[in-house]
Amino acid sequence: MSQTMTTGQQNLSLTARYFDLNEHDHPEGGSTMLGFWIYLMSDCLIFAMLFAAYGVLGANYATGPSPKVLFDLDLVALNTAMLLFSSITYGFAMLAMEKNKIGATQMWLAITGLFGAAFLAIELYEFSHLLHIGATPQRSAFLSAFFTLVGTHGLHVTFGIIWLVTLMVQVSRKGLIAANKRRLMCLSLFWHFLDVIWIGVFTVVYLMGMLR
Amino acid sequence: MTSEPQAWSPIFGRLSLESLPLHEPIVVATFCAVVLGGIGLVGALTYFRLWGYLWKEWFTTVDHKKIGIMYMILGLIMFVRGFADAIMMRLQQVMAFNGSEGYLNAHHYDQVFTAHGVIMIFFVAMPFVTGLMNYIVPLQIGARDVSFPFLNNFSFWMTTSGAVLVMVSLFIGEFAQTGWLAYPPLSGLTHSPGVGVDYYIWALQIAGVGTTLSGINLIVTIVKMRAPGMTMMKMPVFTWTSLCTNVLIVASFPVLTAVLALLSLDRYVGTNFFTNDFGGSPMMYVNLIWIWGHPEVYILILPLFGVFSEITSTFSGKRLFGYTSMVYATVCITVLSYLVWLHHFFTMGSGASVNSFFGITTMIISIPTGAKLFNWLFTMYRGRIRYELPMMWTVAFMLTFVVGGMTGVMLAVPPADFVLHNSLFLIAHFHNVIIGGVVFGVFAAINYWWPKAFGYKLNVFWGKVSFWFWVVGFWFAFMPLYVLGFMGVTRRMRVFDDPSLQILFGIAAFGAVLIACGIAAMFVQFGVSIMNRDKLRDETGDPWNGRTLEWATSSPPPDYNFAFTPVVHGLDAWEEMKRRDVPRPTSGFRAIHMPSSTWAGIVIAGIATVCGFALIWHIWWLAALSFLGVIGTSIVHTFNYKRDFHIPVEEVVATEAERTRQLEAAGGAA
Amino acid sequence: MSAAHDETAHHGHDDHGAAGHGSMRDYVIGFVLSVILTAIPFWLVMGDVIADKSLAAIIIVAFAAVQVVVHMVYFLHMNSKSEGGWTMMALLFTIMVVVICLAGVLWVMFHLATNMMPIHDMSNMGMG
Repeated sequence: MSQTMTTGQQNLSLTARYFDLNEHDHPEGGSTMLGFWIYLMSDCLIFAMLFAAYGVLGANYATGPSPKVLFDLDLVALNTAMLLFSSITYGFAMLAMEKNKIGATQMWLAITGLFGAAFLAIELYEFSHLLHIGATPQRSAFLSAFFTLVGTHGLHVTFGIIWLVTLMVQVSRKGLIAANKRRLMCLSLFWHFLDVIWIGVFTVVYLMGMLR
Repeated sequence: MTSEPQAWSPIFGRLSLESLPLHEPIVVATFCAVVLGGIGLVGALTYFRLWGYLWKEWFTTVDHKKIGIMYMILGLIMFVRGFADAIMMRLQQVMAFNGSEGYLNAHHYDQVFTAHGVIMIFFVAMPFVTGLMNYIVPLQIGARDVSFPFLNNFSFWMTTSGAVLVMVSLFIGEFAQTGWLAYPPLSGLTHSPGVGVDYYIWALQIAGVGTTLSGINLIVTIVKMRAPGMTMMKMPVFTWTSLCTNVLIVASFPVLTAVLALLSLDRYVGTNFFTNDFGGSPMMYVNLIWIWGHPEVYILILPLFGVFSEITSTFSGKRLFGYTSMVYATVCITVLSYLVWLHHFFTMGSGASVNSFFGITTMIISIPTGAKLFNWLFTMYRGRIRYELPMMWTVAFMLTFVVGGMTGVMLAVPPADFVLHNSLFLIAHFHNVIIGGVVFGVFAAINYWWPKAFGYKLNVFWGKVSFWFWVVGFWFAFMPLYVLGFMGVTRRMRVFDDPSLQILFGIAAFGAVLIACGIAAMFVQFGVSIMNRDKLRDETGDPWNGRTLEWATSSPPPDYNFAFTPVVHGLDAWEEMKRRDVPRPTSGFRAIHMPSSTWAGIVIAGIATVCGFALIWHIWWLAALSFLGVIGTSIVHTFNYKRDFHIPVEEVVATEAERTRQLEAAGGAA
Repeated sequence: MSAAHDETAHHGHDDHGAAGHGSMRDYVIGFVLSVILTAIPFWLVMGDVIADKSLAAIIIVAFAAVQVVVHMVYFLHMNSKSEGGWTMMALLFTIMVVVICLAGVLWVMFHLATNMMPIHDMSNMGMG
C-alpha cells in the first residue's frame, strides 16, 4: 500500500483527510422527523386521489340525493370547530412538553384526544343520519366518493387518537425522554396535517357542495 | 370452477374443499412438486439445524446488506415462477392453431397471463431494484446502515407477504383473470365474483406498504447519512438515480394504494366508483392507476440507468462523461414521468387536445433518456474498455434498449397508437425496454456486485453462456411480436384462426426456449461459482478497479461497513483515494454503534399475510382478529426503547486486522 | 450527514426537525387566523351572501388556500430552513404532483365525458 515516498507523518495526515478519525456516535432518531414528514407527503397523495375521485364523480347523483338535501352546515361548522380546538390544544401540549412539564403535557394531550373523539362522534352521527335516510355509499357514485373521502379522514383521526393514547401511556411510564418527545412531535405533525386535509374537505365537499 | 359464487360459512368464509383446483392436472402436478420440494427444504434445514441461524442472522436482521440479499433471492425465486408463466403462454399460443384449443383452458390461461405480469413487475423487478438499492446505496454514501433499519426489515417482509399471497393463489382458489392492472368493470364484482381479484388486491396492497416504507427509508438515508464532504453533486450516479427512484416510489405508490382501495370498496362494500351503474366510471380507474403506472416504469429503469453508469465508467477506466447532465437528465425524467400517463390510453376518447398534449410530453421524455445514452457512449469513447460480464450486459442493454425506446416513441404518436394499441407490438415494445433495460441491468449488477457481497467473482464461462442465450433468445422471442402486432394480433389471445401466424409464434417460442437455457446457465453459473469460490476469491475488496466507496471496504463488508467513515472530497471518492495512495487507518478503532435485530418485522408482516388471506376469503372473524393483531403488535413494538448496541472495540480491531492480512496477501499476489 | 452536522451545531439535542418549536404567540396567531378564515367562507355559503355561485366557489377556495398556508406556517412550523430545506422541498414536490394529478384528472375526465357520453352531440368530438 504505502510504497510511496511520503513519510509516516504525511501518511497520517492523508489518512485523516480521507477518514473521519474522531467520529462520535450519532444521536438516535436524527432522521425521524424528516422520514415522518415524507410519510405525510405520501399520505397527502392518497387524499389527493380521493379528492380527484370526488372531483370527477361528485356530481354523479344517479337520481339520488344531492349535497343540498344531505348536508347540515351547522353540524359541519361544529365539527370544524372541534378539530380547530384540538389543533391549538395539541400546540399547548407541545409547548408544555418543551418546558418538560409532564402533567401539563398529559392534560393537554387528553383534552386534544377528547376534542378528537368529539369530532368523530359528530361525524358518526352525521353518517348514521345519512345511512338512515337511505343515502348510503352504494346509492350513487357521489355518495361513494363522499363517504370514502370523509371516512378516510375520520379513520386517520381514529388512528391519531389510538396513537395519542399510546403515547400518553408511554410518557407516563418513561417520562419526557428524547424518544418520547420525538414521537409526540411526529404525532403533532400528523394531527395538524389532518387539520389541513379537513380544510380541503369542508371547502370542497361541504361548502362547494352546497353551492352546486 | 372457482369463479362461481360460492357458499359462505361464518368460520371458513368462502373457503371450502372445492377451492382447491383439483380438477386442473397441471396445477395438481405443480402442487405436488412444490410440496415435495418444500418438505425436502424444511427437512434439510432441520437436519442441518439451520433454523436458528436463519432466524437470528437473516429473518430478524436489520443489516441493509443481508436485507438486500434477501430481496434479490425473493426476486430470483419469483422470476422463475414468472418465467414459467411466460413459457406456458408461448407454448399455448404456438399450439392453438388449426382448430386446436392448445393445452390451457381459458380460465387457466387468463390467470397465467395476469400472474405473469403481476409477478414480473411487483415481485421480480421491484425486489431486484429495491434489493440493489438496499445493498449498494449505504455503502456508496459511506454509511453504516439505512436511516430506519427496523422499517427496512419490515418492508422486506411485507413485500414477501404479498409474494406469498400470489403463490398461495396458485393452490388455494384462483388468481385474477383480468390482466395485470385489473381494469374494471371486468375486475368488478359482477364480472369477477371469485377470489382472484381479491388475491390481486391484497397482495399488492400489502406489498405496497413495504415498497412505500422502503422508499421513505432510502430517501432519508440518502439525504441524511451521506459521508462528510459528499455534497449532492458528489454523490455517485447510482445513488442519484436511487434517490430519484425512491422519490417516485413515495410519490406514486400512494396513488396505487388509493386506487386499489377504491376498487376493493366496490368489491367489498358495493360502492360505485368504477361500476357501470349509479354514476360510476370504469375509465376513472384506468386514468388513476396509470398515474401510478407510468412513474412505476421509471421506478424500474432509473436505478438500472445508475448501474449502467457505474459499470460503463468502471470498465472504461474513466470518469463518467457528463456527470452533471446525467443528474439533470435523471431529475427531468423524475418530474416528466408525472406528465405522460395518458399515453397508455390514447384510445379512451379524451379528444385531440388531450391526446396531443400527452403525445408531446411522451416524446419529450425520450430526450433525457437519449442524453444518457450519449453520455455512456462518450464515456466508452477512448476508454480502455474491459469486456467483463457486467460490461457485456451493459453493451447488450444499449443496443437492445435503443430499439425498445424508439418503438416507444412510435407508440407516443396518438394516430399510430390507435392502430397499435393493445397489440403484440405494444407487448414487444415494453418487453424490449423492460428485459433490455431492467433485466439486463439486474444481471449486469449481479455480476458486478456479487464479488462485493460474497467475496468471490462469478464464473465467466457460464456467465457468457447465459449472456448469449439470453441476448439471442430475447431477439428471437420478441421481434416476431413486433411483426404480429403490425399484422393486427391483439395481446392476451388464447387461440388463433389464421394459420399463417403460426410460424411467427413458433419463432417466439423458440426464443423463449433459448431464454430458458439462459436462465438455467445463470443458475449453473451461481452453482459453479459457489463451488469454486476459493479459486474465484477476491481478497482486495476491489476486483474491478472500482471508483466509488463500496469498493473501499472488504468483500463481504463487515457488519459496520466502514470502521472509520470516509471523508469525501470529489466525485469517484475511492478512485481518488487510490490515486493519492491514502493509507487505510489501522489503529485508533472505537466501539461502533449499530441497530439491533428485531422480531417485529417478520411477525407483523406474518400477521398481515393472515389478514390478507382472511379478507380474500371473507373470513371476517380472522380478518378482524389479525388486523387487531397487526395494530397491537406494532404498539407493543413501540414500547421497546432499546434498539441499538455497540460492536465492541475488540471485535472491530480483530475484523480490521483480518482485513489488513487479506490486503497484504492480495498485495503480495499482485 | 453533512446536513445533520450543521443542524446539531446549533441545536443541542437531536429532536430538531420539521416540527421545529412554535411559540405560544405562533399558536395563538395561527388559531385566530384559522377561526377567521374558516368563519368567513361558512358565512358566505350559509348566509347566501354572493349570488354568483362560481364567484362564491372561487372565493371560498381562495380562503381555503390561505388557511392551508396559515396552518403550514403556524401549526406545522414550515420554513425553508428546517432539515436543511428538505421538508420544504418535499412539500413543494408534493404540491406539484398533487396539482398535476388533480388538474390532469379533471381535464382528462371532463374531456372524456364531453366526447364519449352518449347524451352529447358526437360531432364536437375532439373539439374540446
